[in-house]
Formats: sequence, structure tokens, C-alpha cells
Amino acid sequence: MNWTLALPEIVLSVIGLAILIFGVLRKQDSTLACTMFTIGGFLIAGLLVLTRTYGYGFHGQFVKDAFSSFNQILILSGAAIATILALDWNKQEGIARFEFPVLMLFSTVGMMIMASAGSLMTLYLGLELQSLALYVLAGFARDNLRSSEAALKYFVLSGLASGLLLYGISLIYGFSGTMDLAALHDLLVQPSAASPGLVVGIVFVLVGLAFKVSAVPFHMWTPDVYEGAPTPVTVFFATAPKVAAMALLLRVMGTSFASLVGAWQVLVIIVSIASMVLGAFAAIGQTNIKRLMAYSSIGHMGYALIGLSVGNAAGVRGTLIYMVIYVFMTAGTFGCILAMRRKGRSVEQISDLAGLGTNDPALALALAVFMFSLAGIPLMSGFFAKLYIFLAAVQGGLWTLAIIGVLTSVVGAFYYIRIIKVMYFDAPAERFDPRPVPLSFVVAGTGLFTTFFFLFPAPVVSAAQAAAAVLFR
Amino acid sequence: MPALTNIAGFPILSLITWLPLVGALIIATMLRGDEETVATNARWAALWTSLLVLVLSLVLWVSFDQADPGFQFNESVIWMPEFKVGYKMGVDGISVLFVLLSTLLTPICILSAWDAIKVKVREFMMSFLILETMMVGMFCATDFVLFYMFFEGVLIPMYLIIGIWGGPRRVYAAVKFFLYTLAGSVLMLLALIAMWVQAGTTDIATLMQTAFSPHMQTWLFLAFFASFAVKVPMWPVHTWLPDAHVEAPTAGSVILAGVLLKMGAYGFLRFSVPMLPDASTYFAPFIFSLSVVAVIYTSLVALAQEDMKKLIAYSSVAHMGVVTIGIFTFNVQGISGALFQMLSHGIVASSLFLVVGVVYDRIHTREIARYGGLGDRMPGYALVFMLFMMASVGLPGTAGFIGEFLVIIGSLQVNFWLALLGGMGMILGAAYMLYLYRRIIFGRITHADLRGILDLSTREWVVFAPLIALTLWMGIYPSSFTSYFDATVGAMVQHHTAALAATTKLAGIVH
Repeated sequence: MNWTLALPEIVLSVIGLAILIFGVLRKQDSTLACTMFTIGGFLIAGLLVLTRTYGYGFHGQFVKDAFSSFNQILILSGAAIATILALDWNKQEGIARFEFPVLMLFSTVGMMIMASAGSLMTLYLGLELQSLALYVLAGFARDNLRSSEAALKYFVLSGLASGLLLYGISLIYGFSGTMDLAALHDLLVQPSAASPGLVVGIVFVLVGLAFKVSAVPFHMWTPDVYEGAPTPVTVFFATAPKVAAMALLLRVMGTSFASLVGAWQVLVIIVSIASMVLGAFAAIGQTNIKRLMAYSSIGHMGYALIGLSVGNAAGVRGTLIYMVIYVFMTAGTFGCILAMRRKGRSVEQISDLAGLGTNDPALALALAVFMFSLAGIPLMSGFFAKLYIFLAAVQGGLWTLAIIGVLTSVVGAFYYIRIIKVMYFDAPAERFDPRPVPLSFVVAGTGLFTTFFFLFPAPVVSAAQAAAAVLFR
Repeated sequence: MPALTNIAGFPILSLITWLPLVGALIIATMLRGDEETVATNARWAALWTSLLVLVLSLVLWVSFDQADPGFQFNESVIWMPEFKVGYKMGVDGISVLFVLLSTLLTPICILSAWDAIKVKVREFMMSFLILETMMVGMFCATDFVLFYMFFEGVLIPMYLIIGIWGGPRRVYAAVKFFLYTLAGSVLMLLALIAMWVQAGTTDIATLMQTAFSPHMQTWLFLAFFASFAVKVPMWPVHTWLPDAHVEAPTAGSVILAGVLLKMGAYGFLRFSVPMLPDASTYFAPFIFSLSVVAVIYTSLVALAQEDMKKLIAYSSVAHMGVVTIGIFTFNVQGISGALFQMLSHGIVASSLFLVVGVVYDRIHTREIARYGGLGDRMPGYALVFMLFMMASVGLPGTAGFIGEFLVIIGSLQVNFWLALLGGMGMILGAAYMLYLYRRIIFGRITHADLRGILDLSTREWVVFAPLIALTLWMGIYPSSFTSYFDATVGAMVQHHTAALAATTKLAGIVH
């Protein structure tokens, strides 16, 4: 029982409970204080993760290695950015309550548990903790019809996916007799152990997790939830849970079922291709920028899944680098979307961006950087994300995926540069309200990361390499 | 560790590449004051930056060792150690003159846009400096990943230049330009990765020595072809060019014709021919056919144009057809001719766009029918126009002649009909250029607003002077330019012949 391994999660949970008590007992409005405490909690948890105490805890239920640390740091970054962005926005929308950061925090704890799950049971616990908080967050603007609709939709569909996942887990347990990921790996080294029932179980697990990363054909909820949820929650949805679910997917497939690559590889390839194609084509007709970003994230998950379908450590490395770059450029883009407010109300149409290049050159420049990056144009980080992924695909001989990938990226470029077109080439519309300072900091920080990633790719790449080395051994 | 094997003793190529970007950052952050002051300061800052870069690049011109066929002024810094990708810069005989062409045309463009660009001057100057960084970087890169970064990076500033400061259909032209070229480039990215996986390195010098199997070469060639053919542009994927040229502001057209069109041909020379000798030979007839169609068809199309810029744009496609013929003859005359034609077209076509820009700034139309009889009012202009028109036609004594002549000699060694049909370009070129000149300069002034038109201003003379000097210099004493690439081209042809012989020998053993 090595419980110190779970110190980051335990500390973060305790901080969460403390903040909750503080928020309830304090008479005045405590949103600001609670948000600050939450961010402080994320920082402490991050530092604890960085101490790199690795090993197995709780009889193998819980695992800490380079892979979990990598993903946890990324999850904490995404969560912290979303929390910072939420502060001013919630105040402006009149939904500022201290429960908001607390829910973010508990959801993050769930995701951290997902990243270091050592057995299918831990995996499910983490996932449910994450999801429960997310249901509430999606409906946080409870007087807003769209927000409630988004929450309900997410609740029902996510519940279904969890059910499928659980069913898959029970099948796997039934046919193999263990839920421990490492034990499953050892068991499946002998080909005879892979019974059809087990494979069906794997497929169900895959489906459940594909829902969480919003890969096609389990993506239906994404555009509606992205559009309906309060925008800071959308930032959160688009970053941290995606990382956590992708980490799970990689961990489960890469550790336990690594020897069954042949059985699930084709499924992942199909899902990946479908996501890339749908993400590229369905986004073209969108007029709401949040919906556009929803389809964009579906497409990006398709690219990230290429790494998994390669089915080796090089592929995982590609996926992990992709997720890092994706989180920062997406968070930055949503930062810009949060800045789209006129006369105290948020606007979400792409046409509202018209003439931003004249009205607010700094914001327009940042959004242009993010768009070029999302499109994968060089010098921006998005290009390198695609480069590493395609490198892995070609090394693995998956030419179909690589070719479809580059072609859909051209289609994707069409709608990304359309946003730049609206900002720079169209006649100026009304100005936006002044930006809150924290938002400017987030956008500037993520923008600098996106622009100058090409100068220093080495730290991220070597960290991803170390993390990927844990899987597919 | 930074490794410098370099006559200059300092990382001169990196300086030339990144200095414009520094200039752009300074313009972005340092300028304060009202709009008018910022605009003026931005112009001057951009001009001085680009002139400084030009002076630096002249060091290359002076200290380049013409006898060395390999890369010079090398720089190498570890960049992505896990992937064996380095930040590697270097120039050889093929690229050094293009670096100079880019650094020369940038200040000229900035000068030509001095008064023509009135809105968002600061952003315009920044875009141009960033564009210069990308262009120079692309010609200097000796690592494939680095090359690709610059190659595609060019799209961003050019997209903005066309889209923000362009004509009425600028949005359509900008998006078309962007998507066409991007669609081509991404296939090259796959070819890049395939070669990377195969050879284990992205160092261009090493890749040139790596033998890829003929089967793989075929696919790699097609991927490269998709990218470079769009950039050249070759018929039938040239349709983005007339749109981009017509809608781009004058300075944009100048840099597009002067440097961006050379990127495709440079790519063929840098990658396709030396790295894929078998596939290049296999596909040469295909390239010849497309090139001949380009030469004849686009020349005829040019003849029918009503818009001056469109006419010159189509003539560019025809001239670049000659270049691609030259490259795929695989002999010294053909390749040297192609290189010379690229340089001379870089100067002459750019100048012609500037010539159009002069009257466009005054009358604000490019419709040929709106002009006529300008010779009376603008004698200096008529002289300049005639010089460049003649150079474009290929009059002996001007830059245009040498390139076409060498390519025709080179192609005669391959096939008589190829030389004949390729040479048709000169005749048709004379037809559409003389016809254009007659309609604009000769005759009587029939439009009232032309009566008050002013001749070239001092600034415009300053812009044209270096171009006139170069056009004549290249035409009268071409050796001072060919001597730069003679050694490299010689080595390249030798390498090509040797590689083909090796494959044939191998095939002989197999059979």
C-alpha cells in the first residue's frame, strides 16, 4: 500500500473540500478567493507530480510513471487555463459562484486518476468522477436554455457511453479473470488467451473511450455541447478531458491489449479517418465559431488517433506531442472567442469577427496565429504536431492514413483561413468590449507557445518520448 | 554544437535570413505616434532593414567560392536531436544567386509600395519583411524539414499581402492561391517523410547521395511534382497565378513573379533531379509535353488578354515552361539555361510588373484599351518599358536572350521537335509583347485623363535603375553570373549520369 504515490490527487481533493467549506461558511461573495485557491491547488498538484515518484500503488490499481506525469501536467495546465478564463466571464454573465472552480477541481482530480489508472476499475472511477462534475458544469448557466439542453444531452449520451464502457469492462473481466492492466498484458502475451468474448469487450471499451474523445461516429454530442455550454466550460471540455480520455485510450490499448494490435488497429484506423474527414468537411458550413471549434476538435482527435493506430511507442509519442500542442492552441483560440463581447453580451458568430484586424490588431494577430497553427502551416506549432504524427504513420507503413490526413488538412485549412479572411479582409464591424487582463495573458502565453514552439521543440519531444516508452513494451 | 565552416567567419546566412524578421518585430513593437508618423517610420525602417540585408548578401556575392560545387557558408545547429533534424544552412551555386535576387527585390518592392500602399502601412511592411525571411530561408536551408518550413511559411505573408492590399477580387485570389499551393505542398510533406524514414536523415546533401529504389522514386517524384508544378506553375495547374497576379498589389506581383515562381523550379533542381535521377528521366517526356503546351498555349492566351497584369502573368507561365524544359534536359547547357532564365525572368518580369504599376498608380486601371499614346507624354517611361519588353522577348544583349538560347541548345541535344516547339515561345513572346507595347505607348492619346500624366518620378527611376543595369549586364556579360553555378551544375549533371549508369548496370545484372 504505497499511498504516497497518490499524493497529488489526495492533496488536490483535500484542497477541494477545504475550498468548499470555506465557500459555504464565508458570508460575502467568495468566487475570486475560491478561484485563486483552486489555481493554487493546481499548482501544488503540478509540483507534486513533478517530483516523479514512480511506481505501483494500491496493489497495482494505481500507477505513476512518466506517462501519467506527462498527461497530468497537461491536464492541470488545461484546467488552470480554463479556470482563469472563467473568472471574468462568469462575472460578466452573472453566473459567478464559488462552486464553479470547485467543480473544475474535482473534475480535474477525476482526470488525474484516469491518467494513472492501473486497472479497469480505477479507470472507471476516475472517469465517472470527471463526468459527474462535467455534467454540472455544462449546465452551469442554469437559466440559459441552451446550457441546460447541453448538460442534459451530455448527461444522457455520456451515461450511455459509460454503460458501454462498463459492459466492455465486465466482458473483459469475465473472459480473462482480471481487471489489472499489467496482468491483462501478461495474460494476453499468449495468443490463446484472446477469446472472442474478450475482443468484444475490448471493442466496447474502445467505443466508450472514443465517445469521450469525441471521435466519429461517437461525436454527435460535441457540437451541441460546445455551443450550449458556457464558453469557459467549453474551453475545459476541449482541453483537459480530451487529454485524459486520450491518455486512457493509449494506456489501455498500449499496455493491456498491445499484443492484440491486429484486432483493434483497423477499428482505430476507421475511427481516425472518419474523424478527420468529418472534422474537415462538416466545419465548412458552420457560422457559429464554437460549433466550428467543435468540428475542428473532432478533426484534431482524428489526427491524434493516427498515433494510436500505428500501435507502437513512436506513434504514442506523436499522439502525446499532438495533445500538448493541441491543448495550447485550442485554449488560446477559446481565449480569443471569450474576448468576443459587445455591449456586455457575448457574440459567437464568425461574422462578428469582421475587421478585427483593424479594431484590435493584437487579438487578431493572436487568433490568426492559432488559426494557421490549427491548419498546420509551418512555423506554428500545429505543423510540428502533424509532422510527428505523419512521421509515425509513414514509419508504421500506414500510407492510407497519412495521405487522407494531409488531404483533409488542406480542406481544414479552408475554414481556418476563412476566419483570417473575415478578420483581415472584411469591412470592420463594431468593436469588442475591452478585454479582461487575465484573458490577455492567457492568449499571449498560448500564442507565444504556439509561435515559438519551433525554436525549442526538444523539451516537449523528449518528455513525450520518455512517456511513450512506458507503453508498448 | 554550432558548427561553422564558413569563409565569412560568422553565421552570415542566418543573419540574412532572420534580420528581416527582427526588422518586422521592431516595426511591430517600437513605432509610436499617430497613424501618419507610424506609416512613414515603418516605410523607412523596412527600407533600411532590407538594404542592410542586401549589403550583407553582397558579402556572399563577393566571397562565394565559384570553384566549389558543394554547399558553402555552412551552419549547423542541433534542433530536433530525436529525429536527426538539424538547423542547417548553406548555399551552393544554384541557390546563392536566388538569395541575392530575393534580397535585391525586397527593397525594390518596398520602394515601389512607398506611396501606392496607403492603408495599414505598418502591417504591409511587416508582411514583406517576414516574406523576405521565408524566401531567403528557403533558398538557404540545407535540411529538408527546415526547407519545408520556409517553403510553406511563404504562404502566410503572401496570403495576407494579396488579401488585404489587393484588388476587388482579392479574397477569391488569396484563398485560391493559398489552397492550391497548400494542396501541392502537403503531398511533398509525405514524400519528405518517406525519404526521412528511408534515409534516416533530412540533410539535403546526404539525401542527394542516397540511392532510392526506382519504384519508390516514381512515387516520390509524383509527390514532389504535385508541389513544385503548382508553384512553377506548370500547365494545367497554373490557373491560380493570373488571379493572384491581377489582384495582388504591385509589390506583391513583383515578388510573386520575381521569387515565388522560382521556388518550384528551384525545388525541381534541388530535389527531383539530383535525388530521383531514374524517375526524373522516366518522367522527362511528360514534363516536356506539359512545358511545351505551357509555352505555346499560354503565349496564345497572353495574346488575347485585355488586362496588362494578366498578360504578363500568362507570359510568366510561358517563360517558366522554358525553364522546366531546360531542367529536364539533364545537360549542362539546359540546366544552366534554365537557371539563367529563372534569374533573368526574376528581374525582367518583376520589372514589367513595376512598369504596369507606374501607370496603374496614375490612372488606376490596368485595362490595355484605356491607354495609348503614352510615348508622347512619358518618354522616359516608354524607354524603360521598351527595354524590359525587349528583354522579355529575348532580344540579344538583354538578360532574356541568354537563358532561352541556352535552353534551346540544351533541348536540341534531346530532341529537335522539343527545341523547335520550346523555341516557339520566343516568337509568340515577341508577338504579344510588341502588340502590348504598341497599344500602350504608340498611337495618339484618345483618353483625356492621359494628357496630364506625368513621367517617371525620381523614386521610380531609383527603383528601375538597378533593374535596368542588371538586365543589360546579364545580357552583355553573362559569365559574371553563370560562373557562380557552372561548377554546381557540372557536378549535378555528372552525378545524374553516374546514377543512371548505376541503375542500368544493376538492371543488367538482374536480367
